[in-house]
Amino acid sequence: MSDSARYMAKPDERGRFGEFGGQFVPEALIPACQELEVAFVEAWADTEFVGEYRQVLHEFAGRPTPVTPLHRLSEHLGLSVFAKREDLAHTGSHKINNVIGQTLLTKRMGKHRVIAETGAGQHGVATATAAARLGLACTVYMGEVDTLRQSLNVFRMELLGATVVPVVSGSRTLKDAVNEAMREWVSCVSDTHYCLGSVMGPHPFPWMVREFQSIIGIEAAQQLRDLGVDPPDAVIACVGGGSNAAGVFAGFANTAARLIGVEAAGGSAVGTGSPGVLHGMRSLLIQDEFGQIEEAHSISAGLDYPGIGPEHAYLADAGRAEYHAIADHDVIEALRLLSELEGIIPALETAHAVAWMTKEAGQSLRSGSTVLLNLSGRGDKDVAQVRAILRGEQ
Amino acid sequence: MKSLEVRLREIRDSGRKALVPYFMAGLSEDWTDHVAGAIHAGADAVEIGIPFSDPMMDGVVIQEAALRALGSGVTFDSACDDLARLATEVPLIAMTYFNIFHHYGIERSAGRLHSSGLSGVIVPDLSLEESPEWVASCDANDVATIFLVAPSSTPERLKLIAQSTQGFAYASARMAVTGSSSGDGEGARIVKAIREVSTVPTYIGIGITTPEQARAASGVSDGVIVGSALVQVLLDGGSASDVERFIGDFRRAID
Repeated sequence: MSDSARYMAKPDERGRFGEFGGQFVPEALIPACQELEVAFVEAWADTEFVGEYRQVLHEFAGRPTPVTPLHRLSEHLGLSVFAKREDLAHTGSHKINNVIGQTLLTKRMGKHRVIAETGAGQHGVATATAAARLGLACTVYMGEVDTLRQSLNVFRMELLGATVVPVVSGSRTLKDAVNEAMREWVSCVSDTHYCLGSVMGPHPFPWMVREFQSIIGIEAAQQLRDLGVDPPDAVIACVGGGSNAAGVFAGFANTAARLIGVEAAGGSAVGTGSPGVLHGMRSLLIQDEFGQIEEAHSISAGLDYPGIGPEHAYLADAGRAEYHAIADHDVIEALRLLSELEGIIPALETAHAVAWMTKEAGQSLRSGSTVLLNLSGRGDKDVAQVRAILRGEQ
Repeated sequence: MKSLEVRLREIRDSGRKALVPYFMAGLSEDWTDHVAGAIHAGADAVEIGIPFSDPMMDGVVIQEAALRALGSGVTFDSACDDLARLATEVPLIAMTYFNIFHHYGIERSAGRLHSSGLSGVIVPDLSLEESPEWVASCDANDVATIFLVAPSSTPERLKLIAQSTQGFAYASARMAVTGSSSGDGEGARIVKAIREVSTVPTYIGIGITTPEQARAASGVSDGVIVGSALVQVLLDGGSASDVERFIGDFRRAID
């Protein structure tokens, strides 16, 4: 097998990346997962479908997003930093890439409704947006705790015509929203697609979502080449489930670039998790000594997930990518730094990647290194929370 | 053939419809008294839920029961310890999600089930495709792995599952999680299809909430599974004698 086919290729016939992945779902959902796999494989090989996907991304979502050299931050850190600007994509993050792919696929499968889970609300807003654009009905499951923390995003989804269902089971956060969306999918699978928001869940979701997000890495690799950087020394992205990281890594997996995923310290599945089975996949999970899943806790709701996508678990296991954790207090500093030096307020999720880069500049990121930072989302959604923290109210 | 299936075939061949109630392990301190009450009132086998934090296939009633059990510290080991003291001839069947066994260890879990007197197991998120290692460990311990057939199962999958399941085939009457009883259900159609390709006993579950529904379902199958409706009685503070009354009503309905 050649090097170029080694990393981030197709999973095996059982939907596995090494020991991770698979299809651990109730029998009721197996036919739907199999139908989805067939539909995705056909669509992704169909130039007409891929053309439509790219066209919608261009005309509606604002792609390609630029790569911005971060001059002042580079000078501050002694690095040469470039940002892939997913914060400039429609709805303010990379999430739109995936939902446009999946909603187009929903129509192609002849289904007329999507359901989705959301934590902070970014994936829910993106799904509601794409559903409105394509004329699909949309229901979003969101933990009751999160609906209270992110009430503006609930209102955004409702403005976009979606129905938001507060989830009151379990811990009433993201993992329970996934459980509830899966339960709902069982009862409506014949006419409804489950538009999963990250590179997680049962096969083919981890692979399909990575493919829909790989546009980030494909564009960035070309944009950096145009700037004379081929490849960068390091590619850095934040990781909750891991979709923005998977998307950008896909453009560099078979180059010499270091691939670095940054998790929240309170949700570090690679750092503190162990192999387990949840939400349809075998991956690394944060769990107690009896195999009960624990809640993740971080400053950014988007990283509050007790697992990680199975392909990341594999890349970590294989030593191709490295994963590090950043604590909440470093995140706010990083958000301020990027805002003040570059005029970009990043999402709290993204600020984890900035924080790790800042800590490692001159250390494992040696002076003068070229670094691609995946600027996965903008911080508008977080400013009220950041203000409260800076005023000492939280 | 596993001991469980031998037993369940005997019941079927004697002309008796099987009644299989579900209990959540450790829901209350006297939970094994509830199990004993059900057996006294005519249960043919008992399903024992091991609580899991993320019960994807369960509706609100069993979710609530799992949360309560976890809150009082119930584990796979504690449930097994309690059951080992129960000492009953009626088959006991564990039901939980795969992560519990995955974390405990596959071979170790199968051994623990056997040594605790459990002769069957249902793992709703372990698909047939993902099951070979698990089934091999259960085979070595005389533990029958029971698979579900869903209304959405294709004819090819239905046949594969009917030929792979051990003990009985679990015909899921509805495209829904446990406790949902909307609509007529497709149990009869599924049982008929299973009987065309297998002689394994076939029970209907998901949405059997009243003795009348149990009577109808047992008329077209070899038995019924009653979960959420019974667990609701216990969530409401029901005693062992309430369980006996509840099971007695179902017993009379299907005999």
